[in-house]
Amino acid sequence: MEVLWLSRLQFAVATFFHFLFVPLTLGLSVLIAIMETAHVKTGDEEYLRMAKFWGKIFLINFVIGVVTGITLEFQFGTNWSRYSAFVGDIFGSLLAIEATAAFFLESTLIGVWAFGWNRLSKKAHATVMWLIAGASTLSAVWILIANAWMQHPVGYTIRNGRAELTDFAAVVFQKFAVLEFIHTVSAAFILSAFFVMGVSAYHLLRRQHVSFFTRSFRIALVFGLVFSAVEVLEGHLHGADLAEKQPAKLAAMEAHWETSTNVPKYLLALPDEENERNTLELFPLPGMLSLLAGHSVDAEVTGLRDIPGDERPPVLISFLSFNLMVGLGFYFLLITVVGWFKRNRLTESPFFLRIMLYSIPLPYLASELGWTLAEVGRQPWIVYGLMKTSEAFSPVAASQVAFTLVAFVAIYGLLGAVGFYFMARIARRGPLPA
Amino acid sequence: MVLQTIWFFLWGLLWAVYFMTDGFDLGLGSLLPFVARDEKDRRAVYRAMGPIWDGNEVWLIAAGGVTFAAFPTVYAVMFSSLYSPLMLILFALILRGVSFEFRSQVESAAWRRMWDAGTFVGSFLPAVLFGVAFANIFQGIPFDGNGVYRGSLLTLLNPYGLLGGLLFLLLFLEHGALWLAVKTDGPLHDRAVSTAKTLWPAVLVAAVLFLGASAAATDLYANYLGQPLLSLVILAAVAGLLGIRFFLRSGAAWKAWIASSLAIGSATFYGVIGLFPAVFPSSLDPAYSLTAHNASSSPLTLKIMLGVTLAFVPVVLAYQTWAYMLFRDTVHGEEEPDVHY
Repeated sequence: MEVLWLSRLQFAVATFFHFLFVPLTLGLSVLIAIMETAHVKTGDEEYLRMAKFWGKIFLINFVIGVVTGITLEFQFGTNWSRYSAFVGDIFGSLLAIEATAAFFLESTLIGVWAFGWNRLSKKAHATVMWLIAGASTLSAVWILIANAWMQHPVGYTIRNGRAELTDFAAVVFQKFAVLEFIHTVSAAFILSAFFVMGVSAYHLLRRQHVSFFTRSFRIALVFGLVFSAVEVLEGHLHGADLAEKQPAKLAAMEAHWETSTNVPKYLLALPDEENERNTLELFPLPGMLSLLAGHSVDAEVTGLRDIPGDERPPVLISFLSFNLMVGLGFYFLLITVVGWFKRNRLTESPFFLRIMLYSIPLPYLASELGWTLAEVGRQPWIVYGLMKTSEAFSPVAASQVAFTLVAFVAIYGLLGAVGFYFMARIARRGPLPA
Repeated sequence: MVLQTIWFFLWGLLWAVYFMTDGFDLGLGSLLPFVARDEKDRRAVYRAMGPIWDGNEVWLIAAGGVTFAAFPTVYAVMFSSLYSPLMLILFALILRGVSFEFRSQVESAAWRRMWDAGTFVGSFLPAVLFGVAFANIFQGIPFDGNGVYRGSLLTLLNPYGLLGGLLFLLLFLEHGALWLAVKTDGPLHDRAVSTAKTLWPAVLVAAVLFLGASAAATDLYANYLGQPLLSLVILAAVAGLLGIRFFLRSGAAWKAWIASSLAIGSATFYGVIGLFPAVFPSSLDPAYSLTAHNASSSPLTLKIMLGVTLAFVPVVLAYQTWAYMLFRDTVHGEEEPDVHY
């Protein structure tokens, strides 16, 4: 039992930390590619300086993302060997495809990009960044297909005591994977947009490099606005899909106890897991949850009481992570819409700029909350409906896992502190003079 | 059956390519404190690896991923049995990666020395531990019929395992010295060449000892006795080792590096061929051993993965070769504004 909890904790530490860096890699690569292409098209040197400045931050972020990703790939074997043996036929092949079809390209080209400024034509150099962005997104595709399979296993049969692949296309193209991809990548793009807008706001508040950071801000603003809107729309589809595929997660994240129709959505509630009810329910929107989950106010929504006690996810964590995430999602849309109207007079809007500066951490928080909901909300299952997390861990000594858990916390803590310090320092110093 | 056999050798090939590519990064990182005399030298060493180490490291991820995809039971039992050494390798590789990136962020000698130490430890440890791990796999690992490891932390540090660690370290050091010789000119180049020459007899002795010890400690030779033609791979490894010395004498550093790649690739295959059909043998009872036949994925998955591998690995090789060619010229350690590091 100790090994299970230590392994879960270690996986949480490793994943949360890894995902502090992944989104910025996904989104900033696209933004840098846009800047470099703008340089190629217009010949304006400022776009080149922008690509180089944001590129410096990108490279630090990229390296930490890479090295912490490797441990994740191997942790399935070290800490979740029973899971690996059970699902390797499907899950393992998806990870292997990610490495061969996407991650190779990304990692090979990052060196070419970082060291190749004087060796490639402007156009070729910009193309390299587009390829890095494409390969990163393709990496995300395969990883999220793998995660989607854990959330909603399809295209398999149980044979030889394990899940064996029967329909590859069903695994790859299932709706859950498509939605999860749009959701996660949009979140990554929002995070990157807010990062660029926040850092730009810092300099605009000080009225330094005004043209440079106004341009950066505006490119990021469009990006952020578009994907915040996409996220809100997709989030709705995602929730409706969950009602069908993971009713336990939906009930937990909405703190919905009694199976019923015409279910309201409370803007403020507080679940009480022990007594299977909510201690607080305020500001109901009549029929809203039925409408969101089942496209009609008359739709029936399964409540937690109809889900066996040992198949319910932790309600409070699911509920809080979901509602905070959604709140943040609406905030991102709202504030980028405000930004759209202020885009031509940014330096005259110090209050707005300050909000954007302090908003940098919020998409990070939203991303981690999203993964908390996805993974904690799936419990007690590691593969929904197929295998419980408690059956999945490796038969290793608790002392071994305890030791590596401490090492993870220490090493990642240090790494994160140093990495973010350098990223912040480069961001604060601003671009090299023209 | 045929699919499983193909996958067995593809699995070996991915590990071989990882050792042939990242092997020189690991070796060069371990040599850093010894071949580089000043900051200029050290910058040159970093730049010799800078644009390509990350791409090289992905071969490890591919090897791990393919183990998971083609032999899930092996992936599960191998990585949980080798829990501590594998974690140590991963922590070391993290340290190496960030050391490259962090050292140039602050203009301070003490700061750089700290991350140079990180580069050294992060390169040295994996070089040795990969050798220890693979020698132990050749020998068999004490795990039972349920895939539960029955040894202790020290089980792996037996004489044969340690000899494997020493051999890998020496091979990688030689490989790294040769890569530095290829990538540099002037005094640093000369020092790289003389390091390679000094290390060479030690590599040879370790290799001969390992070939001999394998007869006593492992069953690797059973396949070779059954099919003597397979011994060509041993000859290839020896030819590679001799080639290093030959080309070093004639001053053709890059040919010596190719010979060294041949030696490392053949040495990996020497073990892989000897293991066949076992991927992860048990030392407790041969019946527990995980083989290409009893531990593989379903035929459908093996087929799909074969298609993916045959389609993408040549493409990967093509663009990695392009990247190597793009950075084929010699590196120098002068401060340059537009050069990363």
